[in-house]
Amino acid sequence: MKLREKAKVLDADQIEKAIVRIAHEVLENNRDVDKIAIVGIRTRGAILALRLAKKMEAIAKKDIPFGVLDITLYRDDLTTVAEQPVVHKTEIDFDIHDKIIVLVDDVLYTGRTIRCALDALIDFGRPRSIQLAVLVDRGHRELPIRADYAGKNIPTSQKETVQVKVAESDGADEVVIAEREE
Amino acid sequence: MAVLWKRKDLLDLESLSTQEIEMILETTGSFKEISQRPIKKVPTLRGQTVVLFFFEPSTRTRTSFELAAKRMSADIVNIQTSSSSLTKGETLKDTARNIEAMKVNMIIMRHSSSGAPHLLARSVSPSIINAGDGSHEHPTQGLLDIFTIKEHKKKIEGLNVSIIGDIAHSRVARSNIWGLTKLGANVTVCGPATLMPPEIEKLGVKVTYDIKEAIEGADVINMLRIQLERQGQSLFPSIRDYSMSFGLDADKMKIAKKDVLIMHPGPINRGVEITPEIADGPYSVILEQVTNGIAVRMAVLYLVSGVKERGE
Repeated sequence: MKLREKAKVLDADQIEKAIVRIAHEVLENNRDVDKIAIVGIRTRGAILALRLAKKMEAIAKKDIPFGVLDITLYRDDLTTVAEQPVVHKTEIDFDIHDKIIVLVDDVLYTGRTIRCALDALIDFGRPRSIQLAVLVDRGHRELPIRADYAGKNIPTSQKETVQVKVAESDGADEVVIAEREE
Repeated sequence: MAVLWKRKDLLDLESLSTQEIEMILETTGSFKEISQRPIKKVPTLRGQTVVLFFFEPSTRTRTSFELAAKRMSADIVNIQTSSSSLTKGETLKDTARNIEAMKVNMIIMRHSSSGAPHLLARSVSPSIINAGDGSHEHPTQGLLDIFTIKEHKKKIEGLNVSIIGDIAHSRVARSNIWGLTKLGANVTVCGPATLMPPEIEKLGVKVTYDIKEAIEGADVINMLRIQLERQGQSLFPSIRDYSMSFGLDADKMKIAKKDVLIMHPGPINRGVEITPEIADGPYSVILEQVTNGIAVRMAVLYLVSGVKERGE
């Protein structure tokens, strides 16, 4: 499948500003800083989550627990996909009991990934609350799920894909909308 | 990116490629964490049925497979030979066809005849996982041994691994030899001549009948149990004599490398092939092997469960 890049919707500077804003919003909404923990969804959600955690640590001047979630084993389409997706490690080495978990992903689309992540998280214990932060909300939800913090809302058609690229794995920070070539 | 897994069955390590073995090891690493959680369960195999079909006694392997399947939310049925229709004269194939007709997804099987799981894989549609067939192979044991070595040594290539004991009757030895040599280890086998299969060097291993040679320079020593139940006649003068020549004790360990790993697939005959002080000593990773066994088996169940059709 070939993809044609249509538009760049966020550049590196805008991504940085969005993360800083979300960091402030999370701290503003949750006075109990000691209870906050950040959990990112592999792969790009985890990279963004680490950046968010660092920003929040700098602002609040406190250590914030950070973890990474691999949702493969919780997917609802394992019986329908052709081959088993590769399973990566989940690394949550703090107790999530009674924590305010900020779950981070790059793009919020159908909501199915978040549904998996909620199930996966709850298998680690009973957090006080789970909040959702995403860099891009592109609409088209298939489940009753919404983001508490969004870097940018981008209306899209279902033919399009939203690609979040991050320096750590893609060489540069940017968000582009691409469309399948006919 | 790893290669895609395409096998519906896991019958042996002999037929696996290096990439396939590495993929299982990598997947195992991801599954290990699940058994350390407070809630040791993921929903991945929900709605799938796994039959444990054991024709030989087993505690470790059966429990390990059962826990692996349960921690992935599969439903499990245990069939033991003593209480199955095989005692009424039904053939293995017929029993398996009946199990298949009950719409199960996987059959995990241990049998005293080499090749029995291969026969089933040719005759029924569920995934077949070999949990030990005669003196042929015990692939998940081989994989968990290799995974444990890799966790400690960070690599397999170039390591000197010595397998000591009853090589002739050992399916664990064969699975280890296939897996380790494919990944580039130098494997030495050691035991009395009567317990050494003819032409074993054709598998690419070094053979020695002197345990000192096997210990010296080894990065890993894997001690095997004397399988008295598989030996038709007496193949060595006495247990005591065997233990003196081929048992691992503190005295023989003096020439071993300082960072050697001591492994044993269990069950241990304490004081026969290994003394308690070595089995429980600082170099021993015997219980880690057991822990890793569950993760390896979860990885195998996950990979084969995704393959719908048996390719040729």
